[in-house]
Amino acid sequence: MDINYSAEELAFRDQVREFLRAELPADIAERVRLGKHLSKNDHQRWQRILNTRGWYAANWPVEFGGTGWSVVHKHIFEEECAAFGAPRLISFGVNMVAPVIIKFGSAEQKAYYLPRILDGSDWWCQGYSEPGAGSDLSSLKTRGVREGDHYVVNGQKTWTTLGQHANKIFCLVRTDPQAQQQRGISFLLIDMATPGISVRPIITLDGEHEVNEVFFDNVRVPVANLVGEANQGWTCAKYLLSHERTGQAGIGISKAALAHLKQVAAREGRLDDPLLRAQIAEVEMQLMAIEVSTLRILAAAQAGGVPGAESSILKIKGSEIRQAISHLLRKVIGPCALPFLEDELDPAFAGAPLHADYAAGPASQYLNLRKLSIYGGSNEIQKNIIAKMILDL
Amino acid sequence: MDFKLTEEQQMLQDTVARLVRDSYGFEQREHFYRSEPGFSREFWQQLGELGLCGMPFSEAHGGFGGSGVDNMLIMTELGRGLCLEPYLQSQIHAGGLLQQLGSVEQLERLLPVLISGELQLAVALEERQSHYQLLDVQTRAERVDGGWELSGRKVVVIGGHSAGMLLVSARTRGEARDEQGISLFLVDPQAEGLSRKVYPTIDGPKACDLFLERVLVRDTDLLGEPGQALAALRYQQGRAIAAQCAEAIGSMQEACQLTLDYLKTRQQFGKPIGKFQALQHRMVDMRTELELATSMAILAACVADQADSLERSRRLAAAKFIVTRAARFIAEQAIQLHGGIGMTWEYNLAHHAKRLVMLSHQLGDDDHHLSAYAELLHSA
Repeated sequence: MDINYSAEELAFRDQVREFLRAELPADIAERVRLGKHLSKNDHQRWQRILNTRGWYAANWPVEFGGTGWSVVHKHIFEEECAAFGAPRLISFGVNMVAPVIIKFGSAEQKAYYLPRILDGSDWWCQGYSEPGAGSDLSSLKTRGVREGDHYVVNGQKTWTTLGQHANKIFCLVRTDPQAQQQRGISFLLIDMATPGISVRPIITLDGEHEVNEVFFDNVRVPVANLVGEANQGWTCAKYLLSHERTGQAGIGISKAALAHLKQVAAREGRLDDPLLRAQIAEVEMQLMAIEVSTLRILAAAQAGGVPGAESSILKIKGSEIRQAISHLLRKVIGPCALPFLEDELDPAFAGAPLHADYAAGPASQYLNLRKLSIYGGSNEIQKNIIAKMILDL
Repeated sequence: MDFKLTEEQQMLQDTVARLVRDSYGFEQREHFYRSEPGFSREFWQQLGELGLCGMPFSEAHGGFGGSGVDNMLIMTELGRGLCLEPYLQSQIHAGGLLQQLGSVEQLERLLPVLISGELQLAVALEERQSHYQLLDVQTRAERVDGGWELSGRKVVVIGGHSAGMLLVSARTRGEARDEQGISLFLVDPQAEGLSRKVYPTIDGPKACDLFLERVLVRDTDLLGEPGQALAALRYQQGRAIAAQCAEAIGSMQEACQLTLDYLKTRQQFGKPIGKFQALQHRMVDMRTELELATSMAILAACVADQADSLERSRRLAAAKFIVTRAARFIAEQAIQLHGGIGMTWEYNLAHHAKRLVMLSHQLGDDDHHLSAYAELLHSA
């Protein structure tokens, strides 16, 4: 057994570090580190830099412009990006709809959509959840009725992350209301400019506009925008969810957040408090256990195994640890975590902070990160999956 | 990065697993427990004959040069069988101290019989007030002509009743918690002035308290330099921790399996109780803790035999912390999911639960290692 990276992997890590040192814009990294909001432009700038280097589509096969990296390479890349404070990639296009198009899409769809994802022409959002379909996703009611060369879509999607920036949405719609729940669903690619689509912001408890409701009122979608076969959309959905889940342990992000926590605790003079130190120590040890577990699963995947329900374990523990770290960061700041300074969280803020520059973000971020154990299949749904797939209960 | 076993390691695992399966049924264990030595001398002899007693020792000393991973494989299977033999205490902990500190003469005298299984050793480090602090040594060794006179009391020396030789820490100078001045001695349990109070521990293996009253130990039985033993005690405690983590994994795997089987067979309200979501999620939580603990046991095994470093200390403290917490969680959940039957002496699970909880009372509990790790945060 060997817990260390190979010489080749270490060399790759050096290469990634060199790239990040040279290319990651300092102002973006600073905003990420302090937990401030990022603008659309921040995301697009970083994405362009990655694409220029050929490292934007880490998960795609080389023939479509991907990197062809191994799972270990991808892990190293994500960890280093997080350590340097790179923004987390908005995954809806590059890591969610793209793998579905590559796996199930037509040649025309691949030729049209994939280059537009790479060069940033399209910003995708996800039309999955509905007011009545959350954990029970396949009970969704948005209808798509075939009329000639079009589906006419009516209904409502919700929790649409960054839908306000998007020009495209991929949707699950019910195209056969007679079929059994999961059978009559289709996977459609929809242009947000199509008449009949309206977007309404949902403001979350941290005051941020991150998610939206999207309404469809007689929206005409060309049949050519159907991915895979009609009424087989659930297969695409499951495939996509498995992609969504594997990256969710977020080891790199948690390590970076923990390093930031320790720095802030030191600057606040709190590291001498044995009680706080013990809490930080506990989180750090748990993160170590999650990291080794991740490496074990990666090594198995590298050797040809398919990460199965084990990734559900990582999703649960990975989200819990990130939430725990954000809780400690909020606590460490003490009373100065209370002021709700929306202007300081704004990406354009250039003034002097009321308190320390790291004080404005943590309370908002702690609240925002409640989402981690809810989205991508809530942690309770993950437990159901483990009970069924691993324990056979 | 590679988490696969080599062919030799696979064979080692199979060998120990088979041996435990064949010799350590529940009733056999109960019989060993009630016997005079409190374990099976025959099983110990088999461990010796198969070369397993020599696994942790270097080939230069006639051992098999096993790695931390080899120790892990052996200990996991011994843990699965709830074996009562003091393999960890004698071969890994005491044996490690002997190999690290022993002179050529001492090694030649003791290692061959230790490796063959004829001799067992035990470590006598804990005192009533020490609570896992290796430097809290009140037992004193006074210089006398040709040797030392040891006086004091050691508590809960596991396997001390059957050991042919005891490794006893004593202070040759300094105050109770000084880092300097701690020495390690080989003490003959038959020596004049030494008496033992033998008892079974609550989770099975026998142990004893040592009462030392001016016990004469010759210079040739001092291990290493006088007053300089602490570093070796700490290093070898790390190896023992790695081994104990592996032991806990074997027991946790068994406890989880027994509980899962029970959930699938026990019927209430007209269906297997494993159909109830509240119980499913508890079982998932147990499985999750086992997964994380397994990762830490592997990490511990991989660093146990590395040169001493802050990073090694940090990882071993973390392993003990995570495994201890997981062990207690799994023990308590396993009893709860079984209901009353999980509390009965006649059911195997109860004994796993006891072992899993009581492991924390050896080599430092979770708080001890949390505090040790937190101290190291400053030097991170």
